[in-house]
Amino acid sequence: MSPPDPVVDLRHVRKEFDGRSVLDGIDLSVEAGRFVSILGPSGCGKSTLFSVIAGLDRADTGSVDAPPCAYMPQKDLLFPWRTVLANTALGLEVQGVPAARARQTANDLFPAFGLDGFQDARPAALSGGMRQRAALLRTVVQGREVVLLDEPFGALDSITRSAMQDWLEDVWQRYRWTVLMITHDVREAVHLSDRVVVLSPRPARVVDDVAVTLPRPRGADRVTTPEFAEYERRLLASLRTS
Amino acid sequence: MSRPTDPPPPRRTGGLHPSRWAPSVILVATVIAVWETYVRLADVSPRVLPAPSRVAAQGWAAREVIAGHAASTLQVTLVGFGLALVVSWIIATAVDFSPRLRRAVVPLLVISQTVPIVALAPLMIIWFGFGIVPKLLVVALVTFFPTTVGLIEGFASADRESDRLLRSMGASRRQQFRYVRLPSAVPRFFTSLRIGITYAVVGAVFSEYVGATSGLGIYMSQQKNAFRTDLVLAAVVVTALCSIALFLSTYVVERLVAPWARGEEP
Repeated sequence: MSPPDPVVDLRHVRKEFDGRSVLDGIDLSVEAGRFVSILGPSGCGKSTLFSVIAGLDRADTGSVDAPPCAYMPQKDLLFPWRTVLANTALGLEVQGVPAARARQTANDLFPAFGLDGFQDARPAALSGGMRQRAALLRTVVQGREVVLLDEPFGALDSITRSAMQDWLEDVWQRYRWTVLMITHDVREAVHLSDRVVVLSPRPARVVDDVAVTLPRPRGADRVTTPEFAEYERRLLASLRTS
Repeated sequence: MSRPTDPPPPRRTGGLHPSRWAPSVILVATVIAVWETYVRLADVSPRVLPAPSRVAAQGWAAREVIAGHAASTLQVTLVGFGLALVVSWIIATAVDFSPRLRRAVVPLLVISQTVPIVALAPLMIIWFGFGIVPKLLVVALVTFFPTTVGLIEGFASADRESDRLLRSMGASRRQQFRYVRLPSAVPRFFTSLRIGITYAVVGAVFSEYVGATSGLGIYMSQQKNAFRTDLVLAAVVVTALCSIALFLSTYVVERLVAPWARGEEP
């Protein structure tokens, strides 16, 4: 059985800013329905990689083959002048879907995202975890083939963060979006991913590519198993030697 | 499924609580009381400094005349300021879409503010007569700068990341303006509106002072020439009340137009 065609396919992608190399020949391909994490030290160029995949920045050399992606930036960027529902429907409205229908589509996801009852609230009324879920809803509801998550839980406290990881794994198992997630948290990467791609410090190269085959869900009781720890050890070693 | 349930943060409490305006009311009342006492004890001539009670009594007696003048001042203020707002929105929107235009226009805006209005207002009368036109122009000239700059900076205050988010959604420049840059400008716009509206009243009174058939400015000028200091001060009080009313009305409009911007108030 041959592997399915990749949805995202990067070949030898290089990118410089002001003469400084940020991406140094990245090869990366992602198959449909996979959850792939990009793990790397801070400032290694992960966000630039996403900009290239999302088409916000152009690669200097190399080929980028990616469908239109839904992008969730580090900041939740929920706009105070829109209700939570209107914020989550923004991507669809920009695509030209009539506002009423866009909001209906977004509204259907509110229960699964634990936001039911907050449709008409202002973002300021939401807690940190709820804001991230709303931002994620705004991202996935766009119906794009690939979802790019840039450190989605980076700003959350550790308790909320691990609850959000359990939750994200749960909704992902139900919807099976193709996800590319940036993180610098090894445990988060192992917990959520089918595959973890490790990048070197700037200029970024791929130094390791690990398939995580642990059974799902990998909630609180599994992160302490020896198999889980073994993955963490391997990824930490790759990060150190890079 | 797991669903993190975390309580939402408490809502802000705002509004016109007495603790916000009580100190200034007490201060004004104290100044008036000291003034009244001083005038009575020192027996100052009312031509030089009338007591507040006299200002109030004489002003009340002349209330119909003053109200008529106030009405034409308010008309000049609102129409002139409206004119300035229309021009501001056109310039600021155009500038937001064209960086080149921005570099060309912003220095001109600054230069326009260095024109001494004291010298220009009499010339306006020579050019446009004693009617409403020169007054509208003076008001528009003194107010369009703060509102235009407020709007230009307001549009630019949109988060750079927001622009990227919108672009990732496939938004055109026009959609970015509509969905992000325009609403981002609202808090700053209302701040500049408050600055502008107070300038507008002063500009209107000043333009009338130089020459007019009616208005609080020309009324003050006439009463000063008649040594009716009390009526001049009564007109000053009315001017101040008009300014305060217009200033506060911007909060009402803001609350109606952009209830979410409450947190941005000083």
